[in-house]
Amino acid sequence: MALGTRDNDTEGAMLSGKNELFTDPDPDKARAFFRNKSRSMTPKLSQIKDVVRDMIKDGDYIAIGGFGANRIPTAIVHEIVRQHKKHLGFAGHTSTHDFQVLIAGKCIDRCDVAYIIGLEARGLSPNARRAVESGTIKLTEWTNASLSWRLKAAAMGISFIPTRNILGTNTFDHSAAKMITCPFTGKKYAAMPALFPDFAAIHVHEADIYGNCRVYGASVSDFDLAKASKRVVITTERIIPHDEIRREPEKTVIPYWCVDAIIEVPYGSYPGNMPYEYFSDEEHLKTWLKVERDPEELEIFLQEQIYGVKDFYEYLNLNGGIEKMKKLRAIEYLINNK
Amino acid sequence: MEYNAMELMICIAARNLEDGATVVVGTGAPCAAAMLSQKIYSPNLCILFEAGGVAPILPTMPISVGDSRTFHKAIMASSMPEVMETCQRGMVDYTFLGGAQIDMYGNINSTMIGDNYQKPKVRFPGSGGANDLASLCWRTMMMTVQDARRFTDKLDFITSPGYLKGGRSRYDAGLPEGTGPYRIITNMAVMGFDDETKWMMVLSINPGYSRQDVQDNCGFELKWAKKIDDTKPPTDEELRILREEVDPHHYIIGR
Repeated sequence: MALGTRDNDTEGAMLSGKNELFTDPDPDKARAFFRNKSRSMTPKLSQIKDVVRDMIKDGDYIAIGGFGANRIPTAIVHEIVRQHKKHLGFAGHTSTHDFQVLIAGKCIDRCDVAYIIGLEARGLSPNARRAVESGTIKLTEWTNASLSWRLKAAAMGISFIPTRNILGTNTFDHSAAKMITCPFTGKKYAAMPALFPDFAAIHVHEADIYGNCRVYGASVSDFDLAKASKRVVITTERIIPHDEIRREPEKTVIPYWCVDAIIEVPYGSYPGNMPYEYFSDEEHLKTWLKVERDPEELEIFLQEQIYGVKDFYEYLNLNGGIEKMKKLRAIEYLINNK
Repeated sequence: MEYNAMELMICIAARNLEDGATVVVGTGAPCAAAMLSQKIYSPNLCILFEAGGVAPILPTMPISVGDSRTFHKAIMASSMPEVMETCQRGMVDYTFLGGAQIDMYGNINSTMIGDNYQKPKVRFPGSGGANDLASLCWRTMMMTVQDARRFTDKLDFITSPGYLKGGRSRYDAGLPEGTGPYRIITNMAVMGFDDETKWMMVLSINPGYSRQDVQDNCGFELKWAKKIDDTKPPTDEELRILREEVDPHHYIIGR
């Protein structure tokens, strides 16, 4: 087992993970950016195509909300692939199908890894695995909690957060964390550098036209992600009236000032699960895993499902449209209507 | 009743979760063990999922630790930091991990095979929440089929910490005092860890296996408890509830 490299040989030298830190944790640089971010409560309704074209540059570092195939902004993920965005950095935090799609589109060239390649109980993505095993993507190793806490540090406006995970392991050695000592207790901590993504897309249940958002069910790390990211686009199952937000303000979990653009995309987490709305389309996700075994078959599939369709709804219709969504809603509601 | 290795491991794991305890589980066998335990032994076992689900009444086996089943009729649909911070605060008793390799100190590899990190021979998903849970929960358990390649004295990568290099090395590295691997449940035996050296130690042998089987299917020298018990086979009640209520489609026990 290789131990982490030492920063220097002086007394109190710290252990450091040796892999690359892809993003700048400097909170003053983040503040300088946020100083100029609009706080005016103006309507932000946009289009998927425009948002992806205007808000993501090649080379940006992006993050996707939700949990892999649960409450994911599929329309944005597909559009990134359709517009052939390149050299993106990616927060591989609880990511499964989102990573699978972006890697199939060859959009990513560096990745903070907590969980990639796998689709949990569904198995491993053959294409994502090939891509990573070929050594063409730069990786830095983390964990789900590490990335959650890196986003939390950014959301707090500080440059790192001390945590008690990853110490003593090769996961630490291949991270970009550093070991520090607590000034009060002398305990050892991993210092997790703040993660300020350039861009994040999050799918929510309800939002008003200004970007005040409601999310039902597990929130994963999305509230911190919305605060940590420089540019945030929200796709929402439903646009609701602003008065509705003001009627129950305690339901607002992402405030408008975090949000740059908002797009109403009903069924927008398909083929992923959207809690209380529809379940994941397991057949479609199985098809992905199947076609990925053969790179040529995958290209044909991508042509048919993403490159060859004009938008998310053409994709949805290709896969059963509203009839399919009714079935997935019945599964979500545990209604047996075979 | 007849049973297979997966059923046996799930039943043993279920017996190790006491009433009133908290456990973070993933999908698959660990979730089945927690559900089984709830139905027979520990009705007040609190099941948590790392995406935020707390104490759900699981209607079916989740496909993802973040899908809507993981907070079905739950007491809270929270967040990943909420669950991980609850672990870090010392409020979570158990977790279960899987992995491609495990060593004598209970260190686990679920990241890669090979010696070049940037170009691995085989790449696995990585830690996910595994390292976090292994670091922060009091007791870590593992259910796995046992063979000499999986149980090895040299991991290609330590994804999640066991007792690191044994003794106090885990705590000297800064991981919380008193945490660590607790039970390794295989198709052949149940292992714990020696109090002082933290080396893997056989506690009981499963029906149909010998001491020799257990050692032959392990890539390092095992320690043996002073008294080796016979693992109690699954009861008819355990098997019935596991097959009919916990995993009626046999997604997990049919593997």
